[in-house]
Amino acid sequence: MHTLDRRRRLRLAVQLGAWSLVLLTAGLAAGSEGWSMHALWETLQRGDATLIVGQIRAPRTVGAWLAGALLGLSGAVAQGLFRNPLADPYLLGSASGASLAVVLVLAASSLGGHGIALATAGVVARLGLVGAAFAGALLGVSLTLVLARGAEQTTRLLLAGVVVGVLLAAASDLVTSAAPDALRGKQVFMLGSTGFLSWGACAVLAGGLAIAMPPAWRLARALDALTLGEDAARSLGLSLPRLRAALVGALALAIGVAVSQTGLIAFVGLVSPHLVRRFAPAPHGYTLLASAATGGTLLLAADVLARSLIAPQEVPVGVLTALLGGAYLLWLLHRRRAA
Amino acid sequence: MNAMPESAASLCADSLSVSLGSTRALDDVSVAFEPGWTAIVGPNGAGKSTLLRALAGLQAPQLGGVRLNGRAVRDWPDRERASRVAWLGQQAETTGELTVREVVQLGRLPHHGLFGAATARDESIVDAAMHDAECSAWQARRLNELSGGERQRVLIARALAVDAAVLLLDEPTTHLDPPHQIALVQLLRRRAAAGVTVVSVLHDLALALLAERVVVLQKGRLCAVGGSDDPALHRTLVDVFGGAIRIERVGLRWVPVANLEGRA
Repeated sequence: MHTLDRRRRLRLAVQLGAWSLVLLTAGLAAGSEGWSMHALWETLQRGDATLIVGQIRAPRTVGAWLAGALLGLSGAVAQGLFRNPLADPYLLGSASGASLAVVLVLAASSLGGHGIALATAGVVARLGLVGAAFAGALLGVSLTLVLARGAEQTTRLLLAGVVVGVLLAAASDLVTSAAPDALRGKQVFMLGSTGFLSWGACAVLAGGLAIAMPPAWRLARALDALTLGEDAARSLGLSLPRLRAALVGALALAIGVAVSQTGLIAFVGLVSPHLVRRFAPAPHGYTLLASAATGGTLLLAADVLARSLIAPQEVPVGVLTALLGGAYLLWLLHRRRAA
Repeated sequence: MNAMPESAASLCADSLSVSLGSTRALDDVSVAFEPGWTAIVGPNGAGKSTLLRALAGLQAPQLGGVRLNGRAVRDWPDRERASRVAWLGQQAETTGELTVREVVQLGRLPHHGLFGAATARDESIVDAAMHDAECSAWQARRLNELSGGERQRVLIARALAVDAAVLLLDEPTTHLDPPHQIALVQLLRRRAAAGVTVVSVLHDLALALLAERVVVLQKGRLCAVGGSDDPALHRTLVDVFGGAIRIERVGLRWVPVANLEGRA
């Protein structure tokens, strides 16, 4: 490896590590009275640290990093798989599937509240919002795979993802027009939130990352070969349908787990691989790991900001990531035009 | 380091027919390729690239088939086939952030697989391929920073790095300036002399007539196969190009000359 490349990659890794540590500390310190190390110190002295820091701020902080890491990883896999730097990890129907499932649960509970007996309502409500979002994301991706008749063709897969997205979004709009009470809950889910993360959620997120990362990383070289085109990759002996199926599986799992715990957080998955490519262009083996770390750092930064900007109120974290991500892409567009 | 295949290979198309949509791209084409350099020529849309893709096992035929060393190409396990047949496509669209060396290293994938590590032998074959394609000097640069010709030389090096017994190249001289076109011809001749079965699609007849053997296609059908000094082959070439060229002898070589009067 060239020395300059090695230095860039090492520098980014060190910076991501350092930023993560700083933000983890900041996450523990950010409370309803704003962001203050002094307040954190006082809380720790007072003895209620176990509850406030240990059970509320710490899992939220760690969980935000983990959810961001899953999004960053999914973004890098999606962009490598579709050979498109603008591919969003939500493309394959996971987002619309998850939101439809969440809307169904919310509608079922509100309909149940009105005393209307629906055979399925109880089952769906029991499944819970988290489980429903996860199952919905996986079902959305599965539906896309069925419509695309497998993962053999990238274009078909993308088109099927778009179709599934539109259809499921329409279905979820239909449900909310029948049960308007579900709208508010849907909105919270669509904006994304790190506010409900418990240690249990952290364990699920860490489990998702531990399961999705190894296969994605092991297949990184296949993503490298895909940069030369699909025929070139096949001529190098790669079985693309099997590879795509494995990568879509890892992608669906990572997105499903992240979405189930935090809702639809925008732009982290799209922007993280961009940032990595900008600061340390590298083969996919590095890009996947660094995108996960970047995603974690970004979402954690957004979470700390969301808690501190208008404390004791909170800005929805998804709104912040969308604003920051959108601004970054605009800047990128401007730079390209200038170049 | 001289990177040459361990064993020679033969590639054979048997009554090959391929349809792309409603178009018959190849119609009952039978032709065998042995060690040496063969050029495939023909007018636009003759099926040259389709034939090369079918030979590489990338295009499934509707009828007939391709045999590599006597065994149907589709029956070879992917990696074994890929380590014996290297293919370079036309107008390769590349994305990503790989450096020149990282791209050429991908040529070793069929040998060590996705999960294996590159050995010292792999690295020396990569070095030799970059040296042969004259791209060693910028091995640390990224593919997206290179000019079209420079990128083509890297992609040629990637195909050479497979170190395969069969080398299939679709328009390998695209974007290359004349000195590099000549260098490529010399390289292909060296590989052919060392026992590699080199098959290249070429639209430049002057370069194609430097090959040992020329295969002429028109509208998906095989029109002629012959040595590049074969008068019958020359007549077929003049015919399939509608009389727009003449083939003349210049020194020891045969070269195409634009036949402006004949065209008019």
